[in-house]
Amino acid sequence: MQITLQNFTKTFDDVTVIEDMNLEVKDGEMLALLGPSGCGKSTTLFAICGIHRVNGGKILFGDSDVSDLPSQKRNVGVVFQSYALYPHMNAYENIAFPLKVRKDKPADIKRQVHEIAKLTHIEELLERKPGQLSGGQQQRVALARALVRKPDILLLDEPLANLDAKLRLEMRAEIRRIQLETGITAILVTHDQVEAMSMCDRIALMHDGKIVQLDKPSEMYDNPANKFVADFLGNPPITFLDAKHQGDLLVLPNGHEIKNTKLNAAIEMLQIGIRPECFGPQFGTGIKGVVKFIEKQGREELFDIELTDGSQLRSIQSSGSNLSIGDDIDWGLALDDLLLFDMQGDRL
Amino acid sequence: MSHNFRHWPIIVILSIVSLPLIIMFTFQIIDTFTTHPIDSMIPDKITFEQFSFLWDEAETGRANIWEVTLNTFIFATTTAVVVCTVSMTTAYALSRLNFPFRRFFLGGLIILHAFPTVTLIIAIFLILQIIGLYDTLMGVIMVKAALELPFGIWIMKGFYDNVPWEIEMAGVQDGASRFTVWWKLVLPQVQPGIFALMIFSFLSGWSEFLLPQVLAPGNDAQVLSTYMTALIADDTKIDFALFKAVGMFYALPVIAIYLIFQNKLMNIYGGGTKG
Repeated sequence: MQITLQNFTKTFDDVTVIEDMNLEVKDGEMLALLGPSGCGKSTTLFAICGIHRVNGGKILFGDSDVSDLPSQKRNVGVVFQSYALYPHMNAYENIAFPLKVRKDKPADIKRQVHEIAKLTHIEELLERKPGQLSGGQQQRVALARALVRKPDILLLDEPLANLDAKLRLEMRAEIRRIQLETGITAILVTHDQVEAMSMCDRIALMHDGKIVQLDKPSEMYDNPANKFVADFLGNPPITFLDAKHQGDLLVLPNGHEIKNTKLNAAIEMLQIGIRPECFGPQFGTGIKGVVKFIEKQGREELFDIELTDGSQLRSIQSSGSNLSIGDDIDWGLALDDLLLFDMQGDRL
Repeated sequence: MSHNFRHWPIIVILSIVSLPLIIMFTFQIIDTFTTHPIDSMIPDKITFEQFSFLWDEAETGRANIWEVTLNTFIFATTTAVVVCTVSMTTAYALSRLNFPFRRFFLGGLIILHAFPTVTLIIAIFLILQIIGLYDTLMGVIMVKAALELPFGIWIMKGFYDNVPWEIEMAGVQDGASRFTVWWKLVLPQVQPGIFALMIFSFLSGWSEFLLPQVLAPGNDAQVLSTYMTALIADDTKIDFALFKAVGMFYALPVIAIYLIFQNKLMNIYGGGTKG
């Protein structure tokens, strides 16, 4: 079911957390609300599920306005960061609870619980209490409980934050698989860009209560709307160099000149965003510097380079370079992939 | 386990300190089952005669022990039930709901908790006289429950505070009403607290002396503690053996409850401390 936020505003006492936010989530889509902590992404989620009341604007599910409906009547399934399983009930009772509340017939409840348990691969765990389940299994039970009464919308609040790295990888794929199989409209709240990029159809990147950019993951990475987006997406993160615009040349602080004809001549100073994969020996020469630090990550190596004028760049390359700290380098830039921003941080 | 200190000095010190208690308890038990010559403390005969108050007809002017026991039981149980029911709901409201004057109520609760209740006794006496509940079990139960409530509410609030908000959010999201959420999801989490509070207020009611003594001095509403006072109030013929035997009878349920429920009672210190 399509979700629409129209001029959604949320205040806590005197503090306005979110002002006039507009967002549309398409039917069957999985959308990530991505942003640093405190940007209002969880607030938005809780407003959609009805735990927070809306202070202004509207929330629509399909065509119906649910802004004033209580949580119980919105038919939204939520998976919480802590899973919030009911500790005194076993997995079966946990999953059956929404159906019992709805007063389904016992036979129906049994059938539905087993159906959803099959989908989430927890059939053999139904007798266990939450305390006897591992993090990943609890996650599956929570997912099953959220999905069992066939909600119109599934909301996931940092569902992977409490899992270890390997399980996180596994559950990422699992959640996406279940979402695709059920075809449910889902919103995922996360601060982890990898989660957002790997699981979702589209990402809404939030900053200070506003959606800064709403796009497909790859589009957002390649074409960030501003410096914040470029900085937030990408691991290892992007680095920025100040540059002067002279004629049709961009002059880097170390004196290196880049030919550029795209720019409007009125701009004098700008910032160039250079992703680590856009800087390295395979792009020619011209940028001289010293290796300050090497982080070996197995398949890849991450270099911190200090240029001759003191500014910093990062470079990521396949392993096997034989460089060590203190070595001089002379590398080049992938000119087509540079990102240009004005001094306020907006994309040029 | 490594021994970084010796055990025996501690055991010796503890033994010396608790010796008077042990002697008292020992003689309490010995004296109730034996007789001894007037000039000696060494018992010379085993007897159950001192317990004859349990089966003999009561002396004139004295209440029947079983009626008194029943009174005490009703008093303690009703107090415990009232305290638990009210604490269960009030503490939830104070812990979770947003209502006007919440801070005022919380502050009042702490003040009442620390308030020396004896100072209220005259006012309570007058109130009970006016509403006609003076010298009735009902009146004492109400007063006892009311005075016990701040403690109960405070303890239960501590338990509620430890229940994660997410459980309630999840319940609401699953379609349950706030009441169902409280009844089916939150209460089971604080069940150890309710249980411990139930026992504590029962024991507190069982051993209450001052309130029944002042507010229900008549024979009809007598409880065991006041019954015992009445035994030695008559100083023309003090029967210490009888007094001790009644005391024994009075203390047995307390000891039994502690023995059976000691683990559950520890909960109140484990879970209920967070304010």
